[in-house]
Amino acid sequence: MTTNGSSNGSVQHGSGETGTWRAKTGLAQMLKGGVIMDVVTAEQAAVAQEAGAVAVMALERVPSDIRAAGGVARMSRVDLIEGIKREVSIPVMAKARIGHFVEAQILEAIGVDYVDESEVLTPADDRNHINKHPFTVPFVCGCRDLGEALRRISEGAAMIRTKGEAGTGDIVEAVRHMRALHDGIRRVQLTPDDELYALAKELQVPHALVVDVKMEGKLPVVNFSAGGVATPADAALMMQLGAEGVFVGSGIFKSEDPASMAAAIVKAVTHYKDPMVLAEVSRGLKESMRGQSVAQMPVAEQLAGRGN
Amino acid sequence: MPVARSEQRLIGVLALQGDFAEHLDALRAAGARAIEVRTLAHLEQVDGLVIPGGESTTIARLLLIFDLMEPLRRRIEDGMPVWGTCAGAILLATDVPGLDRPPIAVMPMSVERNAFGPQTASFEADLDIAGLEGAPLRAVFIRAPVITSVGDGVEVLARLEDGRIVAARSGRLLATSFHPELTPDHRMHALFVGMVRQAVPAQAAASDDGRARGEVA
Repeated sequence: MTTNGSSNGSVQHGSGETGTWRAKTGLAQMLKGGVIMDVVTAEQAAVAQEAGAVAVMALERVPSDIRAAGGVARMSRVDLIEGIKREVSIPVMAKARIGHFVEAQILEAIGVDYVDESEVLTPADDRNHINKHPFTVPFVCGCRDLGEALRRISEGAAMIRTKGEAGTGDIVEAVRHMRALHDGIRRVQLTPDDELYALAKELQVPHALVVDVKMEGKLPVVNFSAGGVATPADAALMMQLGAEGVFVGSGIFKSEDPASMAAAIVKAVTHYKDPMVLAEVSRGLKESMRGQSVAQMPVAEQLAGRGN
Repeated sequence: MPVARSEQRLIGVLALQGDFAEHLDALRAAGARAIEVRTLAHLEQVDGLVIPGGESTTIARLLLIFDLMEPLRRRIEDGMPVWGTCAGAILLATDVPGLDRPPIAVMPMSVERNAFGPQTASFEADLDIAGLEGAPLRAVFIRAPVITSVGDGVEVLARLEDGRIVAARSGRLLATSFHPELTPDHRMHALFVGMVRQAVPAQAAASDDGRARGEVA
């Protein structure tokens, strides 16, 4: 965290100023058009990097195993994350529980490149997310719609991912959340300036962020898709729906041939608009993860509702 | 046929991964015509190329997978101006410790990847850059590389206060370890547009018949 008491996490040191908003959001800019892969071992991290992942998410268990294991899901062990950091040169992300700012402090202290304040872990605070502004490390947070995205950004999130439903291999929730987000953005764009105050109140977000969205026609930070991608076609679907990149959790290392699936999804994200390339990368693939239909899942088992 | 075609060169931005959209915006703001380069056909159309920030291992891999590495190297050897920012600078360097094989390897310099440490060490600083008029440039360094040494014919354009090299030029090749595309100051983009204009005669620029630019270089 900040050592100079400033409220925005920026610190003057050495060659310049660290922890600035541009430095925090800038790393997400560099990840665009890329695939961020969940990994649970250093070996998997090496496979992900070799396949062309732009970053890895270091975890003790992928979401489908978190579901199966039950119990309380917490930040991964520090040694595990450090082992993965030593293995790869690409950025390493790790998850903290919603509201668990001490887990986030620990992740920052060990030099994680991005903290995912994630609904996949068991929430630590049922009212508050982490105040992310005082940190030097940037945060990515999940959302299901525009209001949720802007609330996270107002708390300091420097990157957003639509939540989807992690660990299912079912893309339906990812699609629902991406469409809802863009529907919200279109609505803001069509709303007269005079009515943005009421709209901000309805969305439960600061007026200034709504004005930003209206001016830019997009979120003020990069937005990836997460939660349900299991095939190259799923990844390209989310890109065509407006994602700037894709998180893949269980979809790679729960498939029959993870290295091939990882490489195919990377290629699909680069050429997401070209059906010839998508067909080519889909040829010869082995089984995708088996998955679990969200429609048949009790609401209590769904993770996306955690944190709003 | 676009009216401006005979007056303006076409600059490509390698769009396999990374912040290519920001480069396209900045190049257009600096007065250039700019397109995404994802395929060989795109590459053959452009008079100059920007290799954006992103993950160097990812971009290098995608260049190989999609059979762009050799054609790109050939265009560069034939004289096409190229500017690499951050990951792009790494891809241009002939020596990159930790990589068994430097990716494009056309600019004689050594580059240390991720030279400042993890993301918490990413920073902004004001830089004086040789060839840029006016105030220092606000430079954004994201898990940035530094140029640890340069070979013959490579001119150092900018250093940090501690002396480390963060911008260099060798003929028609330009490398910066920071991201001018992330700030509203487009002077570096204007500098590169000028390099392309100088390298490619106006009447030869941006023909879309797909022939290589080498013959006019």
